[in-house]
Amino acid sequence: MKAPVVTPVRVVIALCLVAPFVALLWVGSYAKTDPVFAGIPFFYWYQMMWVLLSTALTMVAFKLWQRDQRARRSHPSQDGGASA
Amino acid sequence: MKDGVNGVALAVFIVFFLAVTVMGFLASRWRRAENEHSLDEWGLGGRSFGTWVTWFLLGGDLYTAYTFVAVPAAIYAAGAAGFFAVPYTILVYPLIFTFLPRLWSVSHRHGYVTTSDFVRGRFGSKGLSLAVALTGILATMPYIALQLVGIQAVLDVMGVGGGENTNWFIKDLPLLIAFGVLAAYTYSSGLRAPALIAFVKDTLIYIVIAVAIIYIPIKLGGFDEIFAKADEKFTAAGAGGLVPPEAGQWTYATLALGSALALFMYPHSITATLSSRSRDVIRRNTTILPLYSLMLGLLALLGFMAIAAGIKVTNGQLAIPQLFETMFPDWFAGVAFAAIGIGALVPAAIMSIAAANLFTRNIYKDFIKPDATPEQETKVSKLVSLLVKVGALAFVLTMDKTVAINFQLLGGIWILQTFPALVGGLFTRWFHRWALLAGWAVGMLYGTVAAYGVASPTQKHFGGSSKEIPGIGEIGYIGLTAFVLNLVVTVVLTLTLRAAKAPDGVDETSPEDYTADAGDPGVQVELPPATAGAGAGH
Repeated sequence: MKAPVVTPVRVVIALCLVAPFVALLWVGSYAKTDPVFAGIPFFYWYQMMWVLLSTALTMVAFKLWQRDQRARRSHPSQDGGASA
Repeated sequence: MKDGVNGVALAVFIVFFLAVTVMGFLASRWRRAENEHSLDEWGLGGRSFGTWVTWFLLGGDLYTAYTFVAVPAAIYAAGAAGFFAVPYTILVYPLIFTFLPRLWSVSHRHGYVTTSDFVRGRFGSKGLSLAVALTGILATMPYIALQLVGIQAVLDVMGVGGGENTNWFIKDLPLLIAFGVLAAYTYSSGLRAPALIAFVKDTLIYIVIAVAIIYIPIKLGGFDEIFAKADEKFTAAGAGGLVPPEAGQWTYATLALGSALALFMYPHSITATLSSRSRDVIRRNTTILPLYSLMLGLLALLGFMAIAAGIKVTNGQLAIPQLFETMFPDWFAGVAFAAIGIGALVPAAIMSIAAANLFTRNIYKDFIKPDATPEQETKVSKLVSLLVKVGALAFVLTMDKTVAINFQLLGGIWILQTFPALVGGLFTRWFHRWALLAGWAVGMLYGTVAAYGVASPTQKHFGGSSKEIPGIGEIGYIGLTAFVLNLVVTVVLTLTLRAAKAPDGVDETSPEDYTADAGDPGVQVELPPATAGAGAGH
């Protein structure tokens, strides 16, 4: 019984890593000044907020990945070490 | 600019500089291993750094003095367009998370010191490895030169740069001293010196940013006031603005993406990564490195503050040092200048080590003296690190600053062209070595020609890094267009070559090599001295 390469957990990890790309490369979605926060136009605080969001997402990905790897290591025969 | 020398600021600056110099020389004793005469020791700090040291080292490495001066300078000049540095540094981390642990593993298994080592081992092609090495060296040299430009900006504002009519030697003496000292401790301590100094650098930078972001807006009447004044200026000038216009959005996105892809192709980022102790150190770092992005974002806002504070400089690079001198009391301005100055030393040291490693491993050992011992390798590397710095110094002193900036711009475009060979190679061996080489050549050529053709109001050539993307019609980052072209050529030629059954090089790596972690067989926390020189598997 071999664990599949694509599992729901790995899909979540991939989504966590892809999300910042979608959000930040879609410049049209945030190229505006309103709403202003603490005097700072939206364009600026939104991107800075994404620093924190993407950090949180990467952290989730890291934890999930660690769990995934540990699970696979405890059943070494299931996965031939083929992990990213 | 105030007249004459700012004595208090200068004194504070010198004190910090001396402290850092002492640390640099003492660093060779820090976590010293038994065999100090191997390239692993001198050039990678014994591959022993944990999460925090790696964090400081990478931060000190990637967020350079030039970044601190240039990012706010871009905002000062153009507004929103300069802010792409923030999404750029956000996108870097998911990328690192995905591919660097694999590079770390395979490098530890096979004793690779540079990216070219890996490319040669993976594709069995010295030609491809040479292309990657040369690109790396070419891209790094102007980057080192720009660190000097950063120090120069600070020295100028402190009034020790001398006037136009001072003798050139007196004028450049402070810079010469700073670089002499840097060269000496890099030579003796290797990567340990910048790793240790990075602590001081980052602490200073964080203090300065924290103070600047609270103190300056209070003095200027709050962020509302700052952005209102900036908006006024951009409207009056008819250029730039607080948000990128519709037409500038492609440029913004492609610059962010292209720069993010390029960053970890730079030899100095790889050097700092390979010096870490385990795979997890790298992944854990991607969750704490974004702190620097936050700092960069705040720093970028200083560009608007410079406008609001009425700073008028013809050389945009001086805007931020000038803002500090105007707004801060002298002693704190000294701390801020020290932060920028030391911020130049750390990356300059790492970059020169990285370039030296490339030369030694992939040109000297592969082409000139294949039987070099680890001692000889280390010796050559140390000497080359000196040469690289002297070269950068000569570059800055003899040529116009814009030349260094132009080359740095080109360097970014060039280094991105090594992405398919390196990252492609980490995940698949499908790409053919000749196709990769051809793709690289096409990307380099297109990028160089396209950048040459960009004119700006002040320059006829190399006036910027964006140009119309053929076939799409939007303005985009040249590096990314060249990269796409490179990829297309590589894929098409690989298909052709595979169909023609062109011979593949020998792959010395195996699939397990890419996931090996510290503690696994064949991967030791401290590599045995022999591995570094033997380049295991040859």
